Amino acid sequence: MGNSGKNRFFALLAGVAGIFLVLLLRLWNLQVIEGPRYRTQSEDNHIRMVPISPARGPVFDRNGELLVENRPSFNLMVLPREIGERGTLFRRLSALAGRDPEALEKNWEKGKRQPRYLPLALAEDVGWERMELLAENAVDLPGVFIEAKPVRSYPFGDMAAHVLGYMGQIAEEELQKNDYEGYRSGDFIGKSGLERALESHLRGEPGNHLIEVDVKGKQLRILRTKEPKPGRQVYLTLDRNLQQTLEEAMGDQAGGAVVIKVNSGEVLAMASSPRFNPARFAQGISAAEWQQLLEDHRHPLSNKVIQGQYPPGSTFKIVTALAALEAGMVKADRAVFCPGQIHIGNRRFRCWRRGGHGWTDLRKALKESCDVWFYQVGFETGIDRISAMSLALGLGQPTGIDLAGEKKGLIPTREWKRRAFKENWFDGETVNASIGQGFVLTTPMQLAVMMAAVANGGTVYRPFLVSRIEDPTGEVVFENKPTATRQNDLQEENLRMMREALSAVVNEQRGTAWRSRLEGLRMAGKTGTSQVVKLKEKILSHKEDEIPYRFRDHALFVAFAPAEKPEIAMAVVVEHGQHGSSAAAPVCQAVFAHYFGVRPAGGHEGTVFEGD
Amino acid sequence: MFDRRLLTHFDFFFLLLILAVAVVGIVNLFSATYSWPVSARPIYQKQIFWLFIGLGIAFLLCLFDYRRLRRLAWPLYVGAVLLLGWVALFGKVSMGARRWIDLGFFNLQPSETMKIVIIIALAYYFNDRSHPQGCSLRDLMVPFGLLGLPFLLILRQPDLGTALLVVFIGTTLILFVRIRWRTLLLLGGMAAVTPWLGWFSLKDYQKARIYTFLDPESDPLGAGYHIIQSKIAVGGGGFWGRGFLHGPQSQLSFLPERHTDFAFSVFAEEWGFFGCGVLLFLYFLIIVWGIYIAFRAADKFGRYLSIGVTAMLFWHAVVNLGMVMGLLPVVGVPLPLFSYGGTNMVTTMTGVGLLLNVSMRRYMF
Repeated sequence: MGNSGKNRFFALLAGVAGIFLVLLLRLWNLQVIEGPRYRTQSEDNHIRMVPISPARGPVFDRNGELLVENRPSFNLMVLPREIGERGTLFRRLSALAGRDPEALEKNWEKGKRQPRYLPLALAEDVGWERMELLAENAVDLPGVFIEAKPVRSYPFGDMAAHVLGYMGQIAEEELQKNDYEGYRSGDFIGKSGLERALESHLRGEPGNHLIEVDVKGKQLRILRTKEPKPGRQVYLTLDRNLQQTLEEAMGDQAGGAVVIKVNSGEVLAMASSPRFNPARFAQGISAAEWQQLLEDHRHPLSNKVIQGQYPPGSTFKIVTALAALEAGMVKADRAVFCPGQIHIGNRRFRCWRRGGHGWTDLRKALKESCDVWFYQVGFETGIDRISAMSLALGLGQPTGIDLAGEKKGLIPTREWKRRAFKENWFDGETVNASIGQGFVLTTPMQLAVMMAAVANGGTVYRPFLVSRIEDPTGEVVFENKPTATRQNDLQEENLRMMREALSAVVNEQRGTAWRSRLEGLRMAGKTGTSQVVKLKEKILSHKEDEIPYRFRDHALFVAFAPAEKPEIAMAVVVEHGQHGSSAAAPVCQAVFAHYFGVRPAGGHEGTVFEGD
Repeated sequence: MFDRRLLTHFDFFFLLLILAVAVVGIVNLFSATYSWPVSARPIYQKQIFWLFIGLGIAFLLCLFDYRRLRRLAWPLYVGAVLLLGWVALFGKVSMGARRWIDLGFFNLQPSETMKIVIIIALAYYFNDRSHPQGCSLRDLMVPFGLLGLPFLLILRQPDLGTALLVVFIGTTLILFVRIRWRTLLLLGGMAAVTPWLGWFSLKDYQKARIYTFLDPESDPLGAGYHIIQSKIAVGGGGFWGRGFLHGPQSQLSFLPERHTDFAFSVFAEEWGFFGCGVLLFLYFLIIVWGIYIAFRAADKFGRYLSIGVTAMLFWHAVVNLGMVMGLLPVVGVPLPLFSYGGTNMVTTMTGVGLLLNVSMRRYMF
């Protein structure tokens, strides 16, 4: 390196040293020369930033009806470092707020860990009248004030609770995540359902007050306010009316049911029961209540439409039939004689109907839900074709609905069996799978999507709940469009045959859902019953009512209507409801009757199909 | 094949300097977030996590010969520019700017990547050419072009602070390569004129920041709030400081962004002029050692690389410190190793890894 080369380094060093010297001199100036002045300033620095939480966005149904809004909750607040002797003060406050002195003391203890200059909530949601009373008295109580905080409120109570979801305080682990940047401890966030899925849209942006405080930290005046930005408003695809009809129809039966449009995947109603009351969560739920919800054996917190995985039972026969027809394995007029049971390999498989169905073709097999026909045809078709058709119709994978926590169900394949059990596939398992038993698991959501695909000619749509999202100013920031996740090329002839047979299930005598037919509208559907335990044989001796609740079979019904030109599709699972025909099909009947404005027909005459 | 000299020549002193500052930084973050509610406290723990990630990256970068980077220079540059273009079109919008690509677990900020890539690209460019008489203006067309493209893309995000830093880093490197006196004068003249032209292209909030910088008292509660509160914190520290965890400004939430851009204010308040002097000296040593590494480097490419990385560390430190002390407008530049943030830590430690690499291979030919 020449001289000039070295010079460059020295120039660089000199430059760096010069700039660092400037910084050091500046520090000397600030800290030593001006230090005392700044120290005084820091001593009586009276300006403080206090965050204001934004109003969370409201949620509307498809017709603009308000489903979730905010109401003010009036909280009794104190500034701990201004409170001297607590005894008398707390007694007085407890009388004014209408709360136990012990409750106030408890909240005081809870807040002990935070800095003393931060306000602490002694009593939450004291109500309008108490608030006025307290506000009047707070004037001569130093360190006491009322805070109005927006909390979630639900005009329709627990309606659609699982779709809307509940709120809760942000957890420590969540604060650490990137998604929750800018959140503070104590903030409320959506914990389930849409509240969680749409958190970033609903929340808005917090603002703040710059306040001037005196030496003790008491607020003197507000110097400047940066208004919080309210959250965005969300319009759902749900129809409030239909949702209520669906929930009424489900009654107090546990289970999940969902209604979608067959040509778009829009979810019109989605109900999971038993429901919880989301309003109980709006200000934080008590530990005891939370524990009770968690331990309830009917699982009120889970959304069974997307999280309940059930063997589809006879509703799966639709898939088996399509798989057989599309593969050309059988024709619709294929006749199998059903004597009530069939031997395949060296095992005996029973039809639900002990006496048998006699000679049976596809139409009759679906209409009367003959197991033997499907045992035979399913066996001939083979598990590979059946599982391929299942996957093509959207089963065995998440439907992609805009809610978190969706389960994907299970469609068994040879490869899956080898991985899971280190075992080869047995023919007997194919026979079981063809009537939706054995390993097969589906969610009600998947069944509805499958049904919609059969109805619309083979297109699997991604179901969705959010129609559009608007800024507080009304500008649309997000709009959902129907998306087809699969487009199956099914033969028109086969589809027509399926629709016709499924219509017969409801609209012809001896059809398993004959009792749930409608007047002036042809609904197509399929009943199903899925075994909860294989104890069946032992329990058969019992009378049905004597079977313990938790061993009773699940009742299923899938449907679409009108049969000729389908508009909506539906799936219902009633946990431990015993029979699809008696527990699940009436739910569809009620919903379709409401949607199309027709009346149920036939009353209750006709056969009860105990096996299906 | 592994050469044992690599180990014996490993620059432990430099690594020690880096670790010393990082540890002081983490201790300071503990204090800066001490008054936060319990659940938000472990910011300092997250910073420890990022430090280890950064160290991992630095060590990985030591494993191969830095000269291999020459081959990667153009692909890296093109890739980084494409990423910037991508972010301009599809990036995640946050606080009115498009800066990030959301990778799910991590928000990638291509403008950060560009800081390192521009160094490699320019080092490679100058390595290939020699200008015994010094560079003329024409010779500088290509390097300034290389610099201008990412500058404009980042400026558009808009992120004035980062855009200027990229220019500072690049310009330092260009000036280090020999330049004719006449060219230098011309460039100086241009540099003096551009701010006046640039003023008209600034966004309103950027102009506001500069006004506020010139006269913070004119808007003490709005845009001037940061500067005033920071100066009070720093000045209130006095000679010996208020003591660890005892800075009133820092602990009573007057100071905004005190764990990121204004972390140094917290340190200054609690450790005083004495502590600041020591910390400043540590930063000074890091820069001087970086220049020393460049001086000892085995080849031109290594030298330019080291100068570039050192310039990056230097400008970050100076711009941040100047801002915190009220010498420069608030532009949102973090203090390397000291401000909280994974992105900043990763960029800094990538640079440190390159310096260590050049340093340990100084006798390699």
